[in-house]
Amino acid sequence: MAGLLKRPEALAGGAVLLALALIALAAPLLSPGDPLAIAGKPLILPLTDAAHPLGTDRLGRDLLAGLIHGARTSMTVGLLVAVVALSAGMIVGTVAGLAGGWTEAVLMRLVEAFQIVPGFLLALALVSVAGPSLAGVVLAIALGAWTGPARLARSRVLALRESEFVAAARVLGLHPAEIAFRQIMPLALPPVLSLTAIIVAGAILTEAALSFLGLGNPNVVTWGGMIAEGRNQLRSAAWLSIIPGLALVITVVSTYLVGEALTDSLTERRPR
Amino acid sequence: MSLLTVTDLSKTHHGARRVRALEDVSLSVDAGETLGLVGPSGCGKSTLARMILRLDRPDAGAIRFDGQDWLALRGRDLRRARGGLQMVFQDPAAAFHPRATVQGALAEALRLHSGMPRAAWATRIADLLTQVDLAPDLAPRPLSTLSGGQQQRVAIARAIATGPRLVVLDEALSALDTSIRGRILALLVRLQRDLGLAYLFIGHDLAVVRAISHRIAVMDAGRIVETGPATKVLAHPQADLTRRLIAAIPTLSPPGDLP
Repeated sequence: MAGLLKRPEALAGGAVLLALALIALAAPLLSPGDPLAIAGKPLILPLTDAAHPLGTDRLGRDLLAGLIHGARTSMTVGLLVAVVALSAGMIVGTVAGLAGGWTEAVLMRLVEAFQIVPGFLLALALVSVAGPSLAGVVLAIALGAWTGPARLARSRVLALRESEFVAAARVLGLHPAEIAFRQIMPLALPPVLSLTAIIVAGAILTEAALSFLGLGNPNVVTWGGMIAEGRNQLRSAAWLSIIPGLALVITVVSTYLVGEALTDSLTERRPR
Repeated sequence: MSLLTVTDLSKTHHGARRVRALEDVSLSVDAGETLGLVGPSGCGKSTLARMILRLDRPDAGAIRFDGQDWLALRGRDLRRARGGLQMVFQDPAAAFHPRATVQGALAEALRLHSGMPRAAWATRIADLLTQVDLAPDLAPRPLSTLSGGQQQRVAIARAIATGPRLVVLDEALSALDTSIRGRILALLVRLQRDLGLAYLFIGHDLAVVRAISHRIAVMDAGRIVETGPATKVLAHPQADLTRRLIAAIPTLSPPGDLP
């Protein structure tokens, strides 16, 4: 963690993410009411009206309110996908690495099967079948994101499995499940955790893309949905797409910057 | 009847090339005695230890321990029975979970095999540490902060915490300083006397092995080439390898003999 503070770009990314997280948490306070409600005249230019600092869209909905509430969706989806994908990957990878034999073969073929299908297509297919609920979107995106953690966890577990302390634990008579989940998994965790940032960033982008294609929940504001909305006025009112697009870029870049530093500090701390 | 009887154990490693790691190995260890197992590295000593500790399965042969068919035990029964047969590894730094503390490592053994209530563990851990000549106030320390000799003493404490009848010591002194080796050897002898332990002491250095063993078995290329009482094996070696191992024991000639 100390290494994190030494890198200005990671610090900047962290600050942006922290601000976004606070905005997402405080959205109902910062911008009370329904962000999809008509708030003023349509197509107010940004920075011209103090009541609508970022302007309004063609239906008169406030752009800033949309951004603030959209941050909520992006952050929630990103974090939940990371939690689901990392836990699923950790468990599958640990079990595969320790069980060996048929179990490992079946699990790893399953991982490969998911890996060769583009994650976005998987998400697209699942959301169009399951509908655009939050849980549905999270599961759909996680489906394409758990394979990386699973493969990394397995390779770490394979290396740890042969270590002497595992033999010692077996000689002592520990239950195999206890060796797997209490002794080996915690040591395999740090390198897998370093994938968090990539998964969060990817999930935010995929969610935006799904919403852009109109597969998101129409009753929830999302940045992807705002970009799609603005596309119709791209020539006359480009800011409607550019502003949420910038928010997306800033969020994803900040996540990567923090992730990069996190990877370094997590992989430095190798168990002896 | 012997405490541990190994009969015609065979194992072939199937890797890039087939290696016959063990060929019809038979040996026995009586209760309370030390059998020294010597041989050059790669002769199959550690493979044999892994079979006896049920970390690997032999291709053929039988192992009886404490009156049971040791290879037939499975699952819960095996995990229970493991308390009777413990091991001390060569590299004490690798033999513990990298984040374990002294008391954590010992508590694990007590939880699985002592049947003591949790409240009594702290006292027992202090006892165990005293038994291996360590200060009881080391208990909360992470093992990674201890010296190699201290770590190996904790490993010995963990092995005796389960109340074993036989402890396999696989090159248990090889990674330690020569100065510490003698003291740990003395500790092992004392524990054997106090607790009635039997040892299977595996080593490549005959000088160390003969210091502790009642009987010695010499192993070469997966076979036992010679077995007998320690004094007899050293005084009248039968196998070539034994003679070479004896010749390799370093001696200091008295200064008067120097040319």
